[in-house]
Amino acid sequence: MKLVVTFSRKAGKKPIIAQVVRDTGVLINVERALIDSSEGEALIDIPDESCAIVKERLADLGAAVRVLEDIITLDESRCVDCGACISICPQEVFSFDKDWKLSMDEKKCVLCGRCIEICPHRALSHKGEG
Amino acid sequence: MKKTIDLIRERIRDGNARVVTAEEMPAIVAELGEEGALREVDVVTTGTFGAMCSSGAFLNFGHADPPIKMEKVWLNDVEAYGGIAAVDAYIGATQKSATREESYGGAHVIEDFIAGKTVELRALSTGTDCYPRRTITTDLLLENLNQATMVNPRNGYQRYNAASNSTDRSLHTYMGLLLPNCGNITYSGSGLLNPLANDPHFRMIGGGVAAFLGGAPGMVIGEGTQHSPAGGFGTLMVTAEMKAMSREYIRAATMTGYGVTLYMGLGIPIPILDIEGVRATAIRDEDIVVDVVDYGIPARSRPSLRKVSYAELKSGMVELNGEEVRTSSLSSFRKAREIAGVVKTWVEEGNLSLVLPTRAIDSLKSAMPLRETVTGPRVLDIMDRKVIAIREDEEIRAAAQKLLKGETNHLPVIGASGTLVGIVTTYDISKAVVSPGRATLVRDIMKKKVITTTPEEAVDIAVRKLEQYNISALPVIDREKRVIGMLTAMNLGKLFGRWLK
Repeated sequence: MKLVVTFSRKAGKKPIIAQVVRDTGVLINVERALIDSSEGEALIDIPDESCAIVKERLADLGAAVRVLEDIITLDESRCVDCGACISICPQEVFSFDKDWKLSMDEKKCVLCGRCIEICPHRALSHKGEG
Repeated sequence: MKKTIDLIRERIRDGNARVVTAEEMPAIVAELGEEGALREVDVVTTGTFGAMCSSGAFLNFGHADPPIKMEKVWLNDVEAYGGIAAVDAYIGATQKSATREESYGGAHVIEDFIAGKTVELRALSTGTDCYPRRTITTDLLLENLNQATMVNPRNGYQRYNAASNSTDRSLHTYMGLLLPNCGNITYSGSGLLNPLANDPHFRMIGGGVAAFLGGAPGMVIGEGTQHSPAGGFGTLMVTAEMKAMSREYIRAATMTGYGVTLYMGLGIPIPILDIEGVRATAIRDEDIVVDVVDYGIPARSRPSLRKVSYAELKSGMVELNGEEVRTSSLSSFRKAREIAGVVKTWVEEGNLSLVLPTRAIDSLKSAMPLRETVTGPRVLDIMDRKVIAIREDEEIRAAAQKLLKGETNHLPVIGASGTLVGIVTTYDISKAVVSPGRATLVRDIMKKKVITTTPEEAVDIAVRKLEQYNISALPVIDREKRVIGMLTAMNLGKLFGRWLK
């Protein structure tokens, strides 16, 4: 399961994610992070069963947490199954099925946006995201 | 054994012709042998669906009242060529919108027309006695045009080289996004289903032959532009009426950072008359080999990184420099297959008549490069030959003095062997002064990764480097990495007068 964690760093540079790993024992995979001097946002991946405990501990430490679901969508009326997205995706979200139709494993997506930018047919977009 | 085109037509008429797609053919030949396949198969159908920039359509708008000779023509703000008769124009697929840049272009105008959408026509004229009107603006549907005849100068490449990128930065090309350090490979074409891959000697495909184009019944006109069959890169010029086309088989696209293009569906039926025809259509993806070309080299002859077959490309993974690299198709094999299937149905139902070429296509020629009578400017023509440099073991203070005295913002840094080892700018020195750390020598603050040029490099390539890396100077180095000049944004002023008049 993927969580978007946002936190302020104004109160000091606390190692929030490291703290949660130590406290809960859950191994957290940081897939994307943007942190500057005042705030940070990280996209983390955790086992589904540990979701509650990780969310709770992150909230205790002052971070805002939301679950990321179905973030990339394919407009079938625009897609021609060319496959331009396949090799440029760092997470290997896209592949061809046996009939050369494009298939997506949305769960692997980390919302880097590269496929949205390069799709020749503008068939990919974020769902429910800005 | 030989068969005649008349025999095949007769079998089609009687409903007992055997029509198969080029994808089915290798297995049929493997099973029945060449003689058996010749007896059994009458027609092999082909198909491809991919980006074909060299496409467009002649449009006739009909006359206005009072009439206008449309000299400048725009369709949804995309300029069409109006230098033909009064109300004719040619809309080219890659022409960019004057207002929406690469997100909309000629290809989108074509797709919008086919999709039944309204397109705004705007035209200007200087006015004549017979055509007094000077401007016109009107909304048009495809059905309002007298003709919308697609004439594509170059479609259906026999095969196409795959692309990769050995540089350390991403490239946005007409072959899609190429990741740094050969991080991916892109390719185009349907391999064993490609029309010309199934008739490489142009025995059955030529002028006058029926074709499927964008969902409409059309025709091969003859060889395409840049036709280069000697090296295996034959092309076709094709035509069909846009009014009979379907958005299923023609689609506008944008290659991000490159521009607009048109995805075209093309399919051609190939009658099987002799053993040679059987052999040609038995081609497999394994047999079609192309180069993986390095688009990181900005020259006409880009080096090949390796040879690769369509079978390898289609597997999704190709080994390059000892690493497994993922591939992306830019054309759609699913659509290509669908098109070969439609062509099969059309032939079986007698909706696409089979003829022999009325105008043969040369199967031996090679495309020539452009003859250039004026050589463009090279870096040596405009570079600063007076080089103010500094040694890496000098003090930062000495560098500051040199910058001031030399009235420059960039100092190439020279190592003990006399070669370029880094660069310092006024910015680096200001930074060192504002936050003094332990740095005292030039080598402590210099940038070690220096973007350079050579005296023989075209100025346009050097300018592209300045833009891409957002820098304002390039040291000019010789083969031994010695600095022999500097090219700065200021030198570019020399271009005016001598080259840009």
